[in-house]
Amino acid sequence: MKILVCISNVPDTTTKVRFTEGNKSLDTAGIQWVINPWDELSLTRALELKENPSTGVKSVTVAHVGTTASEATIRKALAIGADEAIRVNAEPADAWYTAFQLAEVIRKEQFDLIMCGIESSDYNGSLVGGMIAEFLGVPNLSAVSSLNIENGKPVMVREIDGGKETVSLTVPCLAVVQKGIAKEPRIASMRGIMTARTKQIKIYEPVPAEPLTEIVVFEKPAPRAACRFIDPENPAELIRLLQNEAKVI
Amino acid sequence: MSVLVFTENWDGKFKKLSFELVSYARGVADMLNTSVIALQIGAMDEAELIKLGNFGASRIISIDRPELKNLDNQAWAEVIATVARKENAKVIILSGNNTGKALAPRLSVKLKAGVGAGVSRLPLETEPFTVYKRAFSGNALAKTLIRTEVKILTLLQNSYGLSETENKAVMERVDIQTDVGAIKTEVLDVHKQPGKVLLTDADIVVSGGRGMKSPDNWGPLVELASLLGGATACSRPVSDEGWRPHEEHTGQTGKIISPNLYIAVGISGATQHLAGVSSSKYIVAINTDKDAPIFEAAQYGIVGDALKVLPKLVEAVKEIKK
Repeated sequence: MKILVCISNVPDTTTKVRFTEGNKSLDTAGIQWVINPWDELSLTRALELKENPSTGVKSVTVAHVGTTASEATIRKALAIGADEAIRVNAEPADAWYTAFQLAEVIRKEQFDLIMCGIESSDYNGSLVGGMIAEFLGVPNLSAVSSLNIENGKPVMVREIDGGKETVSLTVPCLAVVQKGIAKEPRIASMRGIMTARTKQIKIYEPVPAEPLTEIVVFEKPAPRAACRFIDPENPAELIRLLQNEAKVI
Repeated sequence: MSVLVFTENWDGKFKKLSFELVSYARGVADMLNTSVIALQIGAMDEAELIKLGNFGASRIISIDRPELKNLDNQAWAEVIATVARKENAKVIILSGNNTGKALAPRLSVKLKAGVGAGVSRLPLETEPFTVYKRAFSGNALAKTLIRTEVKILTLLQNSYGLSETENKAVMERVDIQTDVGAIKTEVLDVHKQPGKVLLTDADIVVSGGRGMKSPDNWGPLVELASLLGGATACSRPVSDEGWRPHEEHTGQTGKIISPNLYIAVGISGATQHLAGVSSSKYIVAINTDKDAPIFEAAQYGIVGDALKVLPKLVEAVKEIKK
């Protein structure tokens, strides 16, 4: 079984986001780029599955749509333990464009199980994974918090409102994963970092596609009013304010 | 032309979020001078279906087919796309919850429709079709142009609210003649916790962080949530430590919520945490450190030890509930 993990590179989650060019694009000055947190968990789970011989997982590949600027993120994924990497040499213009490119690569390379994070922490679309599944015509689950392979079949747990469902899928298939899929993201070892240098990154040129959406401008959310402090000895005052002033209880 | 809204069915009932979705769809339809068609999949009786009319649906389409018993993204998206084509839907609205996130991307590909994911207010304009969507995990809004003829919007839960109208809806139980193909997913097991207020549905959320000091101290926090008819949540370190289940983790990589009231107890308010709760209407912070960033996001604050303040809050709430 071959697993593909799709990865996005995003600003480190502690970044103070700023914009440039009349708020049309992200100010990348000083930004530390990281593997999107859900993709990192997804890669961790894929590697755990490969290390368990009973799953029959033979290889873990990562795929990414981005320019040479994101090679450091791909190398990091290789250092964590991915066997090989694919980069589609294009700016990911929107979710549709990105999914279109990834689906094209998957058709050429053939994978049994594709894993995507439930969203990227920059554009928060929650779209790419489901779009790839639809482009390829394969089944998928969203909000997957546990994934195993039993007798060659992926068995996943998905979160539903008020509970969980255990679902078995036929291969090829795709999992859109969320928190819980792996306990903690795996960190690259020194040896991993050394061997990553010699691992292959296959470059694909993009196929023609038009994005369906375009970001016109970014705006910062309106600042909140200053906090009103209440005497810790008199929390009843807080309850009174919530009841009479905010009217939320 | 129409606006199609997909309303979810929970064991034969709608939830507040279905009514919120229809209210929002009504707002979009008014901008386009058209009407709202609501679609639901699964068994549901007429008395329940007709409720959508009160929020602005003109027609309600109900589809109940045995092969659609469980959510199969491929089959459900095929059914919704078929209805959308038949009804000439120009805008399709789904929830930004797990079900909406599962269906919207497939519909986008089927209908070649651009998606405005995670909207919380009505479109800015419809020509060209422009929406504000969530970006950078709540640290920005992206004004986004959707270029396609058909548009899909997913609405952040609890962000728009309800608006009731005097409206009489027409009901249709239809059997859409479409081949959904072989179902490739098989549900083996379902685990539900009945009667629990869901974090994503809750109007009030009481959430604990490391300031709670130990998993054994959660009693008063749970009691406070229960007295207020709310749900419990936690910060990431708490779920990572296994003090609380990861389903309760709110923040960038956990649940994104917009309750009316979010009470953060012993949570410092790191950027990643605020990313998940910053669209709450009111935030209350209780923390020992007066410089904790949570107080910058909060409207009301108490500088004090969570474990001492919580029991007093419980008493104060009991007092007003008398």
